[in-house]
Amino acid sequence: MTAPATMTEPGTIGLRDVGVSFHTDRGVVTALDGVTASLPASGFTSLLGPSGCGKSTLLRVIADLLDPSTGGVDVLGATPHQRRLGRDIGFVFQDAALLPWRTAVENVRLPLEVGGGVPQGRQANSPEDLLALVGLAGREHAYPHELSGGMRQRVAIARALICQPRVLLMDEPFGALDEITRDRLNVELLRIWQETGTTVVFVTHSIPEAVFLSQQVVVMSAHPGRIREIVDIDLPYPRGSETRDLPQFSALASRLRHLLEQS
Amino acid sequence: MTSATAELSHRSPTSTPPRRRNILRKAVPPVAAIVGLVALWWVIVAVFSIPKYIVPSPLDVLGSFQDDYSTLLANLWPTVLEAVFGFLAGNIVAIALAVIFVHWKTAERAFFPVAVFIRTVPIVAIAPILVVILGYGYSPKIIIAALISFFPTLVNMVRGLQAVDKQSLELLRVLSASRREVFFKVRIFASLPYLFSALKIAATSSVIGAIVAEWVGSQQGLGYLIIQATYNFQVPLLWATMIVASIFATLFFAVIGIIEKLVVTWDAKEAA
Repeated sequence: MTAPATMTEPGTIGLRDVGVSFHTDRGVVTALDGVTASLPASGFTSLLGPSGCGKSTLLRVIADLLDPSTGGVDVLGATPHQRRLGRDIGFVFQDAALLPWRTAVENVRLPLEVGGGVPQGRQANSPEDLLALVGLAGREHAYPHELSGGMRQRVAIARALICQPRVLLMDEPFGALDEITRDRLNVELLRIWQETGTTVVFVTHSIPEAVFLSQQVVVMSAHPGRIREIVDIDLPYPRGSETRDLPQFSALASRLRHLLEQS
Repeated sequence: MTSATAELSHRSPTSTPPRRRNILRKAVPPVAAIVGLVALWWVIVAVFSIPKYIVPSPLDVLGSFQDDYSTLLANLWPTVLEAVFGFLAGNIVAIALAVIFVHWKTAERAFFPVAVFIRTVPIVAIAPILVVILGYGYSPKIIIAALISFFPTLVNMVRGLQAVDKQSLELLRVLSASRREVFFKVRIFASLPYLFSALKIAATSSVIGAIVAEWVGSQQGLGYLIIQATYNFQVPLLWATMIVASIFATLFFAVIGIIEKLVVTWDAKEAA
């Protein structure tokens, strides 16, 4: 009853025999095949794999952007469709996908202006507070072209959090950034995750990024996209730059590398 | 990129604002070019002693501006009216059609070939037809100016309304946005840089359209004046009319450019 919002919530994101195939000119392409997994609520899970392994496709199935051809998905006790309509899903894209004619704060506010806004009985976060949370206090009225790539991605994260989503889906959000910016944003993402208690599913093709961030890493193989193995990352939180120096960090990274090489 | 912040920090009451100084510096080359060309024109007319009824000197043309001031002005207004109303009509129809095309593919497939066909018919061929049907009044000229404005705007507006990247559309789907919301929150804004580049083309071509239509049949307007001056061997007046027409077209273009600067405040260089 008195449990704070940041406590773990029950349930999982359940993936049951999920398959996705596309019909193209050259025939049927299987992007995902027989994906079964259970991603814990309030957890931080990374999907790691080479391009073509269907990790982004899987994220889009969870977000209800794509219907699976086979199998089913359960997002914390509801269908992806219900979760999308209920504004329980926040999505961060690889390129920040900010609207260039809107300032930072106007971009963060966009979700409140479309699709019926915040569902009844739920409180939206304040756009200004969110920009402060992602370290952009004072830049509220900057246009996207006045912000660096890292700052734009921070705005995108703030926008994804505006409706207090229960699930935050991130599709290689830092893939286009330089390594220094990426490392810094990784630390901040962990802080945001711990402050909000949201369930994060994070797509990446960077092994160190996956190890640094995650509680568990779903290693995927390509053609067709399948789960190769799920690896628990038992490094303690909070994690910082010293985490990368731990011998376990290197051991986990090399284990993931071997798994990817075999696949 | 950072011009906004740089401007703020440099703004001091003692010196000329850097923006204005910049504009002045930018104005020097084109002004110098115009002055140079006029001087060259003068030199050529003088050196080869070309008679006034073949090529008038700049001084002759200036004289015509003084003598025929009221004639020029009286004939400018009808052309302005025709060009501006034609511009408005042609662009409004083009924008409306583009919105329909983007939402209804069948309409696009049905009517786009018709639009292309209209585009390929020479304006000088349509003008007499319209004059025969509609007489010597304003309406055939407005329609010609509208027709000439129509096509570039239609094509650019369709392209602009579709110039929304895939991730923005996915974002709006995650947010369960309706088609209407996607249109009013995203597509319209995405189309504006495209629209304005078409409007700038239409601004100058609508003036050409009005003048060509006046040639075919009218009792007033710059096109009428061009025909009259030619038949009466008033060559300096002919030149003066030409200059008035291009000054008007340039101003029209500039006005659209200023409106664009006020409306498209974001960095739209990807749209080009």
